[in-house]
Amino acid sequence: MTRQAIHPAGDKSLLVDVGDGSAAALAAVLRRGRWESRLEAVVPTSSSVLVSARSARDLRDVEADLTALLEEDLLAIQQDLAGRIVTIQVVYDGPDLEFVAQQCGLTLEDVVREHTGTQHQVGFFGFAPGFAYIDGLSSKLHLPRRESPRTDIPAGSVAIAANQSVVYPGSTPGGWHLIGRTTTKLWDLQEEPPAKLAAGDRIIFESVGGTP
Amino acid sequence: MTLLSDVDMQNSRVTADTSLRLINAGPLTTIQDLGRTGYAHYGVTTSGALDLESFTVANRLVGNSVERPALELTLGGLTGSLSHGRWASVTGAPAPVTVAGRSVPDPYLFWIPADAVLNIGAPAVGLRSYLAISGGIVVEPVLGSCSTDTLSGIGPSVVQDGSHLRIGPAETPTWDTDSVFSRVPIGTARIRFRWGPRDELFTAEDKKTLVGSPWTVSSETNRVGTRLTGQRILTQLGSLPSEGTALGSIQIPPSGEPIVFMADRPVTGGYPVIGVVTEADLGIIAQARPGSKLALIPA
Repeated sequence: MTRQAIHPAGDKSLLVDVGDGSAAALAAVLRRGRWESRLEAVVPTSSSVLVSARSARDLRDVEADLTALLEEDLLAIQQDLAGRIVTIQVVYDGPDLEFVAQQCGLTLEDVVREHTGTQHQVGFFGFAPGFAYIDGLSSKLHLPRRESPRTDIPAGSVAIAANQSVVYPGSTPGGWHLIGRTTTKLWDLQEEPPAKLAAGDRIIFESVGGTP
Repeated sequence: MTLLSDVDMQNSRVTADTSLRLINAGPLTTIQDLGRTGYAHYGVTTSGALDLESFTVANRLVGNSVERPALELTLGGLTGSLSHGRWASVTGAPAPVTVAGRSVPDPYLFWIPADAVLNIGAPAVGLRSYLAISGGIVVEPVLGSCSTDTLSGIGPSVVQDGSHLRIGPAETPTWDTDSVFSRVPIGTARIRFRWGPRDELFTAEDKKTLVGSPWTVSSETNRVGTRLTGQRILTQLGSLPSEGTALGSIQIPPSGEPIVFMADRPVTGGYPVIGVVTEADLGIIAQARPGSKLALIPA
């Protein structure tokens, strides 16, 4: 672990800085840990985890537990815990596919090959309900966001920006480049849990519906 | 299983049909309960009544269990009627209440006869009033809560003029209105907070500005955040990698004017949080109306 520190975040929460991309691992371990029932929320992002207790009086116990946990090799622990691999089937026919190919100096086929050819990983959820930042985009596809965001992106749109991918959950604006769509419903408020993906899941995008 | 008698059947049918018919919903009226916890790691925020104490008191007075959905009114403005008589309670920002044109002396617990017009005016102080009706509002929960999330739209839609809300079977009111007291700030709201998680990124000068300045609540204030204007925190940190945001987080955006994150906040944010409002004072800041004065005090 490179940099770790536990910061106070009010009466009920602690913000834990973690290095080495182990935020999802720490969150997963906490959810399976002995204090799980006393925790109201465990929110991992790229380099930190917000841990909120249900009650302010549990915060000291949670902090002691966290301090002990941070001594452990979280990545190794998480390997033992889960490591799901999820395949997402994508039709690569997005309105920005050609733009992406052009900007990256690639053919349409190259773009699909680069997106399907690597293993991605869910970093964290943020921005909006069901919006999962998926890390691991091929460096050949790195582009800044669109200059003017679209106002309402249909659910299932597969998009890329910077070094990440996303599958839009629906009802959000967005400035990412739309390269395709999936018919798999990854976000459904009627389901428990509502998301098919979880932080730390490994993702493989699979091209279906022929070449563009 | 016992069969219901004809009379029981009829009663249950009648109570199930009770509805609150709104003529005017007011500037912003939403259905709220204790909030939607357990889904923050999927990007779903907590929502729920902002002044939880006033909300739970209103429910208790009309005999409801504390988690029963009730209405959160922003600056009052509600007119409506009930299809059947019910006990009701208005708490939080003290709004003038009339029933059938007559002033209600004790809005903490009062009877609304069938078809009588209920009017809740704008409060003279405070921002959010709560209307609980015995039996509570019956609405389909989403992810375990009946709260409206005004940011993402999860939960029941914002209450509109002309909407009909279903009310559950009546409960027995509790009558202990003497124990109710209002914490709605009059004059400067004194809000206690704790430093962190990112206070170390700010200079001593910045911290002095935060605690030493009289802040004014901005008109941009809503269920997502209470925005403050006045001084500017000078240190320009720009944005950081996104991190989880606790309820009551005092975020410093590039403008230098603090935003206090409320129940409909995004679950992650990219600007540094200098401190977090104490749990005890969240209900007080929820009542700080645009234009009012506010002081931030380290706890």
